Amino acid sequence: MALATRKFDAVVVGAGGAGLRAALQLSEAGLRVAVLSKVFPTRSHTVAAQGGIGAALGNMGEDSWLWHMYDTIKGSDWLGDQDSIEFLCREAPKVVIELEHFGMPFDRNDNGTVYQRPFGGHMQNMGAGPAVQRSCCAADRTGHAMVHTLYQRNVRANTQFFVEWLALDLVRDASGQVLGVTALEMETGEVSILQARATLFATGGSGRMFQSSTNAFINTGDGLGMAARAGIPLEDMEFYQFHPTGVHGAGILITEGVRGEGGMLLNKSGERFMERYAPNAKDLASRDVVSRAMATEIKEGRGCGPGADYLLLKLDHLGPEVIDKRLPGIREISIKFANVDPVKDAIPVVPTAHYQMGGIPTNYHGEVIVPQGGNPSAVVPGFYAAGECACASVHGANRLGTNSLTDLVVFGKAAGDAVIRFLKENPGEKDLPADAAERTLTRLARLEAQKNGESVHEVGAALRRTMQAHCGVFRFPDMLAEGLHMIREVAERVGRVEIRDKSKVFNTARVEALELENLIEAARATMVAADARKESRGAHDRADFHRRDDANWLKHSLWYRDGDRMDYKPVNLKPLTAEPIPPKARTY
Amino acid sequence: MRISIYRYDPDQDARPYMKDYDVPVEPTDRMLLDLLVKVKALDDSFAFRRSCREGVCGSDAMNINGKNGLACITRIAELREPVELRPLPGLPVVRDLIVDMTQFFHQYHSIKPYLVNNDPSPELERLQSPADRAELDGLYECILCACCSTSCPSFWWNPDKFVGPAGLLNAYRFLADSRDQAANARLDDLEDPYRLFRCHTIMNCVDACPKNLNPTRAIGKIKEMMVRRTV
Ligand SMILES: Cc1cc2nc3c(=O)[nH]c(=O)nc-3n(C[C@H](O)[C@H](O)[C@H](O)COP(=O)(O)OP(=O)(O)OC[C@H]3O[C@@H](n4cnc5c(N)ncnc54)[C@H](O)[C@@H]3O)c2cc1C
Ligand code: SF4
Ligand code: SF4
Ligand code: FES
Repeated sequence: MALATRKFDAVVVGAGGAGLRAALQLSEAGLRVAVLSKVFPTRSHTVAAQGGIGAALGNMGEDSWLWHMYDTIKGSDWLGDQDSIEFLCREAPKVVIELEHFGMPFDRNDNGTVYQRPFGGHMQNMGAGPAVQRSCCAADRTGHAMVHTLYQRNVRANTQFFVEWLALDLVRDASGQVLGVTALEMETGEVSILQARATLFATGGSGRMFQSSTNAFINTGDGLGMAARAGIPLEDMEFYQFHPTGVHGAGILITEGVRGEGGMLLNKSGERFMERYAPNAKDLASRDVVSRAMATEIKEGRGCGPGADYLLLKLDHLGPEVIDKRLPGIREISIKFANVDPVKDAIPVVPTAHYQMGGIPTNYHGEVIVPQGGNPSAVVPGFYAAGECACASVHGANRLGTNSLTDLVVFGKAAGDAVIRFLKENPGEKDLPADAAERTLTRLARLEAQKNGESVHEVGAALRRTMQAHCGVFRFPDMLAEGLHMIREVAERVGRVEIRDKSKVFNTARVEALELENLIEAARATMVAADARKESRGAHDRADFHRRDDANWLKHSLWYRDGDRMDYKPVNLKPLTAEPIPPKARTY
Repeated sequence: MRISIYRYDPDQDARPYMKDYDVPVEPTDRMLLDLLVKVKALDDSFAFRRSCREGVCGSDAMNINGKNGLACITRIAELREPVELRPLPGLPVVRDLIVDMTQFFHQYHSIKPYLVNNDPSPELERLQSPADRAELDGLYECILCACCSTSCPSFWWNPDKFVGPAGLLNAYRFLADSRDQAANARLDDLEDPYRLFRCHTIMNCVDACPKNLNPTRAIGKIKEMMVRRTV
């Protein structure tokens, strides 16, 4: 069957912070660009980001991109690539100023400059401390302010959006070059090919693979699934971040900005326990450190409530003025989802699945790279990725708060620029291979014809249960081995999922089934990579290998869908211009 | 709990109908959206939009027991039974609770929803005092859910010509920004019997906004600015 084909200079899949920033770069360069999003752009998950965007503006006191770089490398537990991290931290002030010029409503200081708050792991003096105020914010609605501003700027630039279009698969030719995507228009049910000389993924994370998650329903790792099916490996997927403060029972995030503004964590005896785990940084230690401390408190019986299964986040001592001015959204969320008004009472919180450090491997230009013929980082022509779906790798084994929003705009813009260069140097258009849509059509045909299968709901629940129980904050060898077996079983069930709804019009059952086929790839990659890595580093904590092991494991992992196998590649410990930061013990 | 839902699939149904579902409410179910997810598990043909499940993305606006709101921040405990769910009024229905928002977004785009400042970009940020920044509070938080505009009779009758409360609130968001230089052009564009002046201060919009924003106040401010520039 031949599908309708439309041609563009570039296709961007995703319209969150990363996709919108990239699209803006391309539209303003006068290119014909199609931006696909499965939801209206401002409904992308970036809208939920709360605490801020990290950049060494130095508005509140001395700061420098070098300090930011040091903190990010230490935060990554030395797994981050230092060239990418230098690029991130040096570009950060420029892209934040640009956002301000685009109209983003940042909070202000009395002198009119952008207000910045402290955040976990961000320190002065190359990690020595004390904490630095580096997080530029719009109250606790920074992501909302950012994604709306970027969308507005794209309206100004006349960017062409394909809203409620679901990208289904990557189109590659025999040489491996990427030539666009297949996609489903939800309203009509039509499937077509969007052919492009360059394809940029900005599809966000895969947080819905866990039962308890701060992530939106739409965060199903679609870009990862599409890339994996097309033979691209996924990097460092075992490193999944659990945010210390999700609302107990609901999973809704309470920003680290609460602790940045002076909030603190307490156990059942009212003890500020972080003083024991991180004497220096206390509640503002790195997220992996705080989440582990909390899980330990709960495990050892010092949790609060009837089930002793949560801790308390106290902020009433900040006073109603500070709370209403700096954390109004948090007050709203606590009242709605925890039945607690933080002006008076502490919020019940637990570590909650939050952020995927790994993803589609790229360099700091946003070009997708894979090992090929002895070169660990050969560029895949025509393919780019940025944002949470990508692994540049700036977050390594653990991301610092505020560094994702920075990542979105720095690498969204850089990937846009890389596409512009590529299109200039490669003006010719390649023909689509005859089997361009085959994978997609096979998947759709299977789904339409499936009888006696299970529902998306059942299989999805099994996937989430498995990941939650077997691949959480603490990882145990027997649980991992069992989890591996179970997730492979779930993968087989995904291949037999059945939908009863066969309508053409806005068939959300079909959409959810296709999303599940992506989520399972992300979940498998995470479990297999976690089982394979025999050390503890950043967010990956194994009971049987309790230490970081630089001699054997200072390397990035790569999971290939084909054969369900692992490969590894070296970490880049050389920044672009700065002195390298060699690995050392990590304490806060 | 019994939920009665407006169902219509143009691919299959001659006309819309209401369908009843009985779903068990467990202690962990807090919001209406939790129950809609259960309905979807019972009947995968039920179509609705949702994403953030915390009231920030604007996806799941619908008409709940006669009032527009977001399912994800509507408490189950506060709902009258049977719960009646319909698509947002006044917009064409695509399927079930999914409406075609084209006209709503068209009006949003029509107010030039972006900062206009033609001075050369300074090297650092444009300065803005905390007081000037505070002028944007209650405006920039709009999540474009359309609860307001689809509760406004003036928007129902003239969705092609009246900007509607959401669009006007956003227009004022830029008029109120000390960094914006297009105030006159923005006011010229709105000084029109339809675009702004179809608002008859019925206040439905204020009542409907799930983010507690006040479009009527913003509309009043725009009118004040118009008066001020003529004197
Ligand atoms: C509650 C919360 C708070 C956070 N707070 C902060 C913070 O304060 N600071 C910080 O730095 N980070 C924060 N983070 C992390 C950060 O917000 C995310 O990592 C980031 O927003 C991801 O942006 P993105 O552009 O990569 O993807 P997203 O914003 O998730 O966007 C993904 C886009 O891809 C589209 N898409 C996906 N799949 C498809 C498909 N198959 N077809 C078509 N389109 C598709 C979606 O429609 C969407 O437009 C927070 C995260 C959460 C969950
Ligand atoms: S106040 Fe104006 S905009 Fe609001 S509902 Fe009434 S007529 Fe519509
Ligand atoms: S003003 Fe309120 S109701 Fe209207 S679109 Fe914005 S958030 Fe929704
Ligand atoms: S799901 Fe996002 S506002 Fe309700």
